[in-house]
Amino acid sequence: MRTNEIGKGDAQPPMTTASVSLVIAGSGGAGVVTAGSLLLEAAAAAGWYAWMTRSSGPQIRGGEAAAMLRFATDPIHCHDDCFDLLVAIDWDNIERFAAEIALDSRSLVVGDPDLGKPHESLLHNGPRQAALPFKRLAATVADGRPNMVALGAIASLIGLPPQAMRKVVETHLARKGQAAIDASLAAFKTGFDHASSLPPVRRLADSAAPGSQRWSITGNEATGLGAIRGGVRFVAAYPITPATEVLEWMAPSLSKVGGVLVQAEDELASINQIIGASYGGTPSLTATSGPGLSLMMESLGLAVAAEIPIVVVDVMRGGPSTGIPTKSEQADLNIAVYGLHGDAPHLVLAPASVSDCVLTTQWAVHLAEALQTPAIVLTDQAMGQSRAVISRPADVACTGQREVARPTSDASRYQRYALTESGVSPMAIPGTHGLAYTADGLEHNESGTPSSRALDHQVQLDKRSRKLTGFNFGDWWADVIDAPTGPGDIIIITWGSSTGPAREALQRFSDSGGSARLMSLRLIAPAQPARMADAIGSATRALVVEQSHSGQFYRMLRAFYELPREVRSLHQAGPLPIRPGQIIDQLNAWRT
Amino acid sequence: MDAPAERKKLAARDFKSDIKPIWCPGCGDYAVLNALTKAFVELGRTPEQIAVVSGIGCSSRIPAYLSAYGFHGVHGRALPIATGLKLARPDLTVVVTGGDGDGFSIGGNHFLHACRRNVDLTYIVMDNQVYGMTKGQASPTTAPDWEGSKLTPEGTRINPFQPLVIGLASGANFIARVSSSDPINIAQIIVQAIGHPGFSLVQVLSPCITFRPDQQAWRDQVRTASVDFTGDAARAARRLMTDDGFNVGKVLFKGNRPVFEHDAATKPCSVAELDLEFAL
Repeated sequence: MRTNEIGKGDAQPPMTTASVSLVIAGSGGAGVVTAGSLLLEAAAAAGWYAWMTRSSGPQIRGGEAAAMLRFATDPIHCHDDCFDLLVAIDWDNIERFAAEIALDSRSLVVGDPDLGKPHESLLHNGPRQAALPFKRLAATVADGRPNMVALGAIASLIGLPPQAMRKVVETHLARKGQAAIDASLAAFKTGFDHASSLPPVRRLADSAAPGSQRWSITGNEATGLGAIRGGVRFVAAYPITPATEVLEWMAPSLSKVGGVLVQAEDELASINQIIGASYGGTPSLTATSGPGLSLMMESLGLAVAAEIPIVVVDVMRGGPSTGIPTKSEQADLNIAVYGLHGDAPHLVLAPASVSDCVLTTQWAVHLAEALQTPAIVLTDQAMGQSRAVISRPADVACTGQREVARPTSDASRYQRYALTESGVSPMAIPGTHGLAYTADGLEHNESGTPSSRALDHQVQLDKRSRKLTGFNFGDWWADVIDAPTGPGDIIIITWGSSTGPAREALQRFSDSGGSARLMSLRLIAPAQPARMADAIGSATRALVVEQSHSGQFYRMLRAFYELPREVRSLHQAGPLPIRPGQIIDQLNAWRT
Repeated sequence: MDAPAERKKLAARDFKSDIKPIWCPGCGDYAVLNALTKAFVELGRTPEQIAVVSGIGCSSRIPAYLSAYGFHGVHGRALPIATGLKLARPDLTVVVTGGDGDGFSIGGNHFLHACRRNVDLTYIVMDNQVYGMTKGQASPTTAPDWEGSKLTPEGTRINPFQPLVIGLASGANFIARVSSSDPINIAQIIVQAIGHPGFSLVQVLSPCITFRPDQQAWRDQVRTASVDFTGDAARAARRLMTDDGFNVGKVLFKGNRPVFEHDAATKPCSVAELDLEFAL
């Protein structure tokens, strides 16, 4: 237990806990996002793990913003059910975020009394309230800013060691000179000292592994890194929220490793550019969101028919149509799995966390190259635009390895679409002598000549299907975790960013004596019925968890798998995330 | 030949595949197919150094009839495929072929931006002012009063697209118009188009004898352009805006606009070095 002063008139020291959640909110220019980023890095320096999402108003620049943070002693992948602390640097338009800022009677709301009062929409569940005049306190320090005063107060309340923040401020403001550093640290100290007048919130326990290496990374950056680790060296880009950061991170990074990114005129162009580059032998990728994926459907079918490996990342947002571009939903599952016309076997994958974006995208590149077919990677806004402090992701040996045809002097022999046992046919790379062929989206025979014969269609459909059905996808197809108390008779089946709350629910369920197994599917398509049967084992109950209005994942599971006798579907539209408590409620309903 | 690595001199037939075209007898596209093979010989390329990319339509069938690397993609998207291919593989000679519907209607946006981007591609458009594969509908280049289609029995009543003017204004670096009635000239122009850096646009007046039998008159209507090419875009624009579409056989514009290329990193770093920016 640290020995900082605690709240006035509070005889008991505040309890420590494995995770603390807080929100910093304010209007444009209040420095909310900067404060959140500094806090995240300071927490990492103190050896904690962290998770930060941002929410902002519809304005392109400026406007109100909220940084939602959670710190923990162990890796975390989602927000908690409630926030312990809301610090409002000012109150402008904060009610816009009220639905996203879950508070209860243990929560503490701290605001500047000179700038008004909390909006009533924040007070429904009766959080405690306290006041700290951030603006006036900042004015007592030369060049002091209210957001640094707020950070000082937060550090004091949650138990963040001031030296961790000092280190971060010194690094971040090095460019601005010593005076700027001194002003920020003085404002921070003022806030830290004055927080002793505030009622306590839960404090975070000391880090279990303070010295181990931490990364600060967003899901979109992690996706880009996974792509490059997997061997992607050509990217075509058309900007779209919330996928743009994947592309913006890749542009300079690709050029560092000798690759290239091109901005295309639209998504029809970006997908066809990557098909062209991949036909030329370069592993290629594009990233988009729902509207862009819709435009790409026809050409995804071309990549299936012409057997061109490509990777398309879809950072999902609320749909349909323009929907809610800045907020998350897991509702592109249907189009990713079923959106192509004809029978078009392809891969659909989904990372289960920010750090898993690295592995899953890397694996997607590997699979697309190995199977010469497109892979769609479904991440989402909540994962893509969240910043997490994580342990360094392991660098697994998994790069794209395409089966390439060798040069021959007998040109008449080469059959691009030869009917092999595996279905994968060696692919000639342009420039190779003796193997010139035409890749075609028309149905074709083994040599690639267009054909409308029933037999050619049948055997080529069989071949393209066989590539996927006969392939051994190994253990990465899903993560299966048992509660410490054992698997029990319940299996939670989920995917993507619903995995974070489900994992946390499993832990809490186990802490309260329950037993269950959690399965998160990384390989959405093709289905793996035998592996699923093994994972379900003797479970008699399944809880399916996803963030979609119609239960798309539940329906997909019903279509492809044998599920336990009793199945519950917890599906909820975006943009509000599924909270661990909602999953616990479902599990507990089976216990009574 | 005493050097075993040296290959025999190739002939035009070495660039032809053994697949029989689906085209109607008398189609102008045969002339373009033949001209392409002659141009490849003239340029001294081998089949593996060439990639011919197309979309959908009668003329887009060309890649399969050639012995070279080919890509027959979806309707309207040949230019983006070729763009990706050329940027990933600058060593290849990339030629794009297709028709007026594929290039200027469904693919119109890509046409604008391919001209703007000015990647080193050669785009050969066989313009017959009709959708032939779907049996005779008006295309973007069709005259507004053509009443031969069941889809627009009273004519399109809309302004025809002027590909060369638009191409020039958008940034194409080489512009020429030729006629399928003169295959030797087509080959000569294609050689120049491939040789010129950046995006080269070649419009071929290629009659559809089935759905536009009236176009058989083109043979007599075309004339060799009376002036040689200019490098002055404003001048070229004036010529194109006043021309009746039948001045053929010559290059109209040759520019020196900057070519979009992929500058490979001189000293690429290792992938592991990318980790550094995330480590705290």
